[in-house]
Amino acid sequence: MKILLSKPGLDGHDVGVKVLAHGLKAAGFEVVYTGLRKSIETIVDMAVEHKVDAIGLSILSGTHLVLAARMNELMTERNLHIPWFVGGNIPTFDVPKLEAMGASKAFPTGSKVQDVVEYFEELNAKA
Amino acid sequence: MSEVKTRKTAGELNVKRAFLESGIEVNPIYTAEDVEYTGIKNEMPGEYPFTRGIHPAMYRKAPFTIRQYAGFASPEETNERFHFLIKNGQTGLNVAFDLPTQCGLDSDNPAALGEVGRVGMAVDTLDDFEIAFNGIDFDKITVSLTINGSAIILIAMYIALAEKRGFDIQTLRGTAQNDILKEFIGRGTWIFPVDKSVKLVVDTIEYCAEHIPKYSPVSVCGYHIRESGANPIQEMAYAFCIAKAYTDGALSRGIDIDDFASRLSFNFDIYGNLFEQIAKFRGGRRLWAKIIKEEYGAKNDKSCWLRMIAGGGGGGLTKEQPENNIIRSAYYALISALSGTQTMALCSYDEAYTIPTEKSAEISLRTMQILIYEMGICDTVDPLGGSYYVEALTNRFEKEIAKEIKRVDEWGGIVNAVATGKIQESVSKQAYEREMGIQTGAVPKVGVNLFTRKEDPKPVDFHPYNQKAADNQIEKLKRIKATRDHEKVQELLAAIKADAQAGKNLMPPIIAAVKAYVTVGEIVQVMKDVFGEFDEPIFF
Repeated sequence: MKILLSKPGLDGHDVGVKVLAHGLKAAGFEVVYTGLRKSIETIVDMAVEHKVDAIGLSILSGTHLVLAARMNELMTERNLHIPWFVGGNIPTFDVPKLEAMGASKAFPTGSKVQDVVEYFEELNAKA
Repeated sequence: MSEVKTRKTAGELNVKRAFLESGIEVNPIYTAEDVEYTGIKNEMPGEYPFTRGIHPAMYRKAPFTIRQYAGFASPEETNERFHFLIKNGQTGLNVAFDLPTQCGLDSDNPAALGEVGRVGMAVDTLDDFEIAFNGIDFDKITVSLTINGSAIILIAMYIALAEKRGFDIQTLRGTAQNDILKEFIGRGTWIFPVDKSVKLVVDTIEYCAEHIPKYSPVSVCGYHIRESGANPIQEMAYAFCIAKAYTDGALSRGIDIDDFASRLSFNFDIYGNLFEQIAKFRGGRRLWAKIIKEEYGAKNDKSCWLRMIAGGGGGGLTKEQPENNIIRSAYYALISALSGTQTMALCSYDEAYTIPTEKSAEISLRTMQILIYEMGICDTVDPLGGSYYVEALTNRFEKEIAKEIKRVDEWGGIVNAVATGKIQESVSKQAYEREMGIQTGAVPKVGVNLFTRKEDPKPVDFHPYNQKAADNQIEKLKRIKATRDHEKVQELLAAIKADAQAGKNLMPPIIAAVKAYVTVGEIVQVMKDVFGEFDEPIFF
């Protein structure tokens, strides 16, 4: 299973996304990382180009609802069905909002690497 | 002679071994014979090499400056928070900017969508500075600008505003973070390629040395490097390597070391083992003094000072049981004062979630004030000086930091190590190992892997995003752009471009441009046209 980890928007905090990248790799997943400050368009292009099975958006600046709305729009526009998830500084009360916008999962601050690994193992088993 | 050997190590006392985060083993007991460097016996605070502090009387003369990080939404709201903090006893300002400003984009840039005024205040033109600092006396309150990629422009705005107010800039004080090299390691608000970025920092040092001798144009940050995964030894070592890179740049322009070294300052992180942090600062202060005197030949003692802001780091705070962060921050403040800091700032207890509310910002302020007014921390300088353990560890840190600096030299120097991603790669690996240590319980963390309880789903108040302020900011920008002298704006931008192409110092043309309300985004764009942009090495 191949996962794209991305940093949309202007937020430069990449400790979390890199910790997750290490953790997913250690659990046997293939990981592609976009680097900082990518537009949603670039991220989706990269996802298609690398034929990934899931897309992760790491957002710590608080812009997750704005960026998730754009993600939802673009995925619908391009008729893509790659599951995408959001992680970062996300208040728990925004989790259902993100899920309503099409995110298959949201991992708020305090989530464990193991939680994400288990989520992907489940996805993988279903696929 | 006594036949009985002193039992001091874990093995000798039959107890568990203990290691600092830096990997140094600590013994259960220290005695005089563990303190190899005995010079400390005769060293006085305020005397080279400044192990015990940079001033003779330290806090007895004046306590450390309290400078909480603040700024959000519009310049109007930020101005209100500034006045609130000053009214409550804060003695300096530390300005937070939003991400578009930090990345050199105007508020109306499509890439700024949803970010205007979110993590700090939005600044497009000098008009925003005029509003944000309305009623704030630059003589009484020193202002620190937390800005890096676009620092040269924001420093220019600060100078332009001071001049507009009729201030003699010869006496203007203040600080800018302006440490771009650490942005490539952590925090990520770089804009231009590494070498051009360093050139811009050196431009500001050169300009300030000539025109604004009391301004501190750079605050070299170990803080964010540590937050990115570096251990305390690496935090100091990488910061010193970065400071040396800027110093080398300034010297290559023919500036005398004693004309700028005393204006370099540092920003360090505090979390983790109490004694490890104190030794890190004392050993680091001694090593930096030696570097500046012995390697660079400074003659003025002030050039050798390691002046610092050392504050409670976000890296130690937790989302779980957030009230515990108040207690952690109080310990961090104590560590900072015991280490002889010049300026202190604490992360507020709710920062793992949100921008601090007025209430949590007040708690941080009171934490530092209680330390100053109730704890006797200001009575005596370097109260831990002479402790066998602290002195032994201080010596060890001086040695270990020097070793780590050598390692960076072997990598081809800090600029190369950052451009190729060498440092980023190693600290990110360490961040992963530390995080896994916390998640598996190997690194104890109260409320996270020890003494846990079911979390309240909404335990703190959230600072809401102000969409209206963002809309107003964009409207105001449009209005200013429409009413400027367009021809003059184009001329001023062309002048910046020409000087950038000619490799000249960009401070003078940028100061001229901001005075005419040329925007941050417009200036950064012409600089990008000449310098290009940083190509981030991708790895983890």
